[in-house]
Amino acid sequence: MASKQLLPTRVIVTWVILVLAAVVGPLLSAESHGGTVAAVVVLGIAAVKVRLVGLDFMELRHAPRALRGVFELYCVALWVVLSGLFVFL
Amino acid sequence: MTSDVDTAPDARVEERSARAIPGEPGLWVFLLGDMVVFGIFFVSFLVERAKDPEAFEASREALGLTIGLTNTMVLLTSSLLVVLGLNAVRAGRHTIGSRIFAAAMGCGLLFAGLKTVEYMHMIGSGHGPDVNAYYMWFFILTGTHLFHVVIGVGVLGVLFTRARRPVDLTGSKRAVFEGGTCYWHLVDLLWMVLFPLVYLVG
Repeated sequence: MASKQLLPTRVIVTWVILVLAAVVGPLLSAESHGGTVAAVVVLGIAAVKVRLVGLDFMELRHAPRALRGVFELYCVALWVVLSGLFVFL
Repeated sequence: MTSDVDTAPDARVEERSARAIPGEPGLWVFLLGDMVVFGIFFVSFLVERAKDPEAFEASREALGLTIGLTNTMVLLTSSLLVVLGLNAVRAGRHTIGSRIFAAAMGCGLLFAGLKTVEYMHMIGSGHGPDVNAYYMWFFILTGTHLFHVVIGVGVLGVLFTRARRPVDLTGSKRAVFEGGTCYWHLVDLLWMVLFPLVYLVG
């Protein structure tokens, strides 16, 4: 039996991206002192992180299109709505 | 022409069967519902922030990032372990899988321990939930998430126990393992939004 790769390369790459993104957020926030643009970028990074967790950890990348589509829509809506509230309220 | 007509549906059927739902459909109603509920919480937090942005900004800046950032790394590590554990069980290496789930449970307990230390420090330094709206929302959001972490540790405990014996990952057993790991990833996913929202931009 061919040995299965317990940690696929894509999962490792995703994890490294998530760790790096986790550090970038606080750095951006510290640099901007609560600036609006930085906040929108930080929320965008958060939405990308959510998407990566869903696609590569929850295995939605290979899920039926409808389920994956609803999840991707959630990620976009999250960023648009939260950024919109932050900027316009 | 005929062959095109004949093979196209077969290809679609093959593709459909390859695209499997992780866990089972009912679980995803719950997971997506939970994500929407948290989404409403996040919106409410920002609506509340708009009423007094200066107080929110000052309160957020008084908050230390060390524990929140450490907990982010702890949850990311736990998620990687959970992927590894599930794949180990799938590969028939259930003993290793069981140990990896135990390590992921350890991460969950570490997260809860650090969060408790953070709460005690905040309350001890006069930043309890009764001080202002920011701190009230901080405790509501992180407390609700912490409740999910505790449930998640219990779910990982079930996977740990089940993986101690050989597992044939078919039918309901597949749903339990895939569903359980997806729940843990949900805990991670929610924190991916909660941390930047409350600690960085709120």
